[in-house]
Amino acid sequence: MAERLLVGVAASPGLVSGRLWRPESEAASQADPAASTGDDEAALHGAIASAGQALAALLGELDGDEAEVVGMQIAFLEDDELARPAFEAIAAGQPAGAAWAAAMDAEIAAYQASDDEYFRARAVDFQDIRDRVLAELSGGASGPLVVPDHAILLAAELRPSEFLSARWGAGAGLALAQGSPTSHVAMLARGRGLAMVVGLGPEVLDLHGEALLDGAEGTLVVAPEQGRLAAAGARIASEEAGRAQAAVYAARPALSRDGVRVAVQATIADPSDLDGLDPAHFDGIGLVRTELFLDRPERLTDEEGQLAAYARILAWAGGRPVTVRTLDAGGDKPIAGYTPAHEANPFLGMRGIRLSLRHPDVFRVQLRALARAAATGPLKVMLPMVTLPRELADARALLEAEIAALAAAGVAHGRPALGIMVEVPAVAITPERFDAEFFSIGSNDLVQYTCAVSREEAASAELGSVADPSVLALIARVAAHGRQVGREVSLCGDAGGDPALVPALLTAGLRSLSVQPGLAGAVKAVIAGLDLASTDEPSTPPS
Amino acid sequence: MSQEHVVASAILTNESGMHARPSVKLTQLAKSFPAAIEVATDEAGPWVDAKSPVKLMRFRAPQGTRLWMRASGEGAQQALDEMMSLVSRNFDEAGPAPDGGGHG
Repeated sequence: MAERLLVGVAASPGLVSGRLWRPESEAASQADPAASTGDDEAALHGAIASAGQALAALLGELDGDEAEVVGMQIAFLEDDELARPAFEAIAAGQPAGAAWAAAMDAEIAAYQASDDEYFRARAVDFQDIRDRVLAELSGGASGPLVVPDHAILLAAELRPSEFLSARWGAGAGLALAQGSPTSHVAMLARGRGLAMVVGLGPEVLDLHGEALLDGAEGTLVVAPEQGRLAAAGARIASEEAGRAQAAVYAARPALSRDGVRVAVQATIADPSDLDGLDPAHFDGIGLVRTELFLDRPERLTDEEGQLAAYARILAWAGGRPVTVRTLDAGGDKPIAGYTPAHEANPFLGMRGIRLSLRHPDVFRVQLRALARAAATGPLKVMLPMVTLPRELADARALLEAEIAALAAAGVAHGRPALGIMVEVPAVAITPERFDAEFFSIGSNDLVQYTCAVSREEAASAELGSVADPSVLALIARVAAHGRQVGREVSLCGDAGGDPALVPALLTAGLRSLSVQPGLAGAVKAVIAGLDLASTDEPSTPPS
Repeated sequence: MSQEHVVASAILTNESGMHARPSVKLTQLAKSFPAAIEVATDEAGPWVDAKSPVKLMRFRAPQGTRLWMRASGEGAQQALDEMMSLVSRNFDEAGPAPDGGGHG
């Protein structure tokens, strides 16, 4: 049989070499709407309630994005407006199944007719709701899909709840005739690491046999030639080995091949990010981004709420250092009522410490909560967007005043170390002007400000990179300054979690990185392959 | 809706408009207030109940739409302020790129 290539749309990366597989029966949407049962109004009420209960039970097993998709379906199902046309049709004499199907089909058709890709993709969510209720009306939902190992699931379309209730075999993937990369199922597949290609066209449903699914390229090759199959097998083995290696390294301290210790810390945006993480896998928390949970004006001045959040993180860390960045609002992170409404260029305007010093009422609350939290563990406080030495001095004076007030009031507190972010070239060029107890390089903004490249514009983004010799030179300068004065220099931008950039960062003299928790294993695996002793190593590993 | 209502408007700036997640967030917030709250995409109406996610989604309002809201009854001003704040915060969604490490 000749090899055949189908080109669709990439929805979730990954490579699958396996057999095309179709579930036994299509979704319940093909079932006949139940005939009238006598009390159709009660039947539909009961079916909607049962479908809601089934979704609530599914919700209990999920978290994160997966829980959110199911939660949305429950919210729609609980909205009387959804079933209102169906109940009107029942009152006019229609059977429950037909009334519900017709009402939902009208809703679905309106989404399918939308000009907007995103809203067209929502049609599937409503089909999912329609079919769940229809299945309840016809006597209970069908069992979950059981997808074999290395199977490429073929379907016209897949509903979010079908995806979530399915049991996915190892190395399985999804090839859909229809679908959209912006659908909830695509998002869920990315979350689970399942390869998925959509928009392959109806002919895909008639295919069978061996195939290769490439979720990054958006292609399906049916009956692949031996050479292609072998190459794909090698790529899959290499990717699996990489993942397995990362999982092994995640649990170990980061050591280079020649024994240089590198601190790998976690970056988090919310205390709940720590759920399920083992503190022993990290050398502490290198960055807590407080603006993502202090996102409402009333939380900015909620001292007790902030104290509880910081104390929870310190308790998790169990004696390891925790670095909390003070509010870094402004730029791309506005907070209503706090950040200025109309700045011509917000990235060069009121951001980070500049705003905090202009809102001492808000800043003092955070400093007080941090000083109180410091009584419970080794807390470090980091100031964002520092440009002038005066800003550090002013912040230190405010912190000292809060500590003195806490002492006078007899409130338990500590004295957190006070450091600064290095994201403005003015600091990176002359770090010796700043009497900070530690430095942390914010590489995303340092690139933006050094290379004059907007982070928001895809077209120009490629002009700037941490790998640019100018940026690496600035990083090396700060690292050398830190070694000279015996103060820690870390890095907390995205570059620290990019295996391709880690060698250059460590060669520049860094020995401490803060990364997204899920990337720590891959970063440590890269470090294990490097020789660092010759690269101007610090005499002691940073803590 | 009584004639005694407070009105405000804001532009939807999040990338995919008032899609499922923002609609549900808005309705959940609306349900926490006793006030009657309505939403429209035109000052002249039609106005729909802000506590119905199905109705909000039917606007299929894309990015750049001006969203109007009005509230009446007990605590109307506070309810309206918090609803508008949620819109101006982009429904607390993350930015366009999966956010990484660091800083701002």
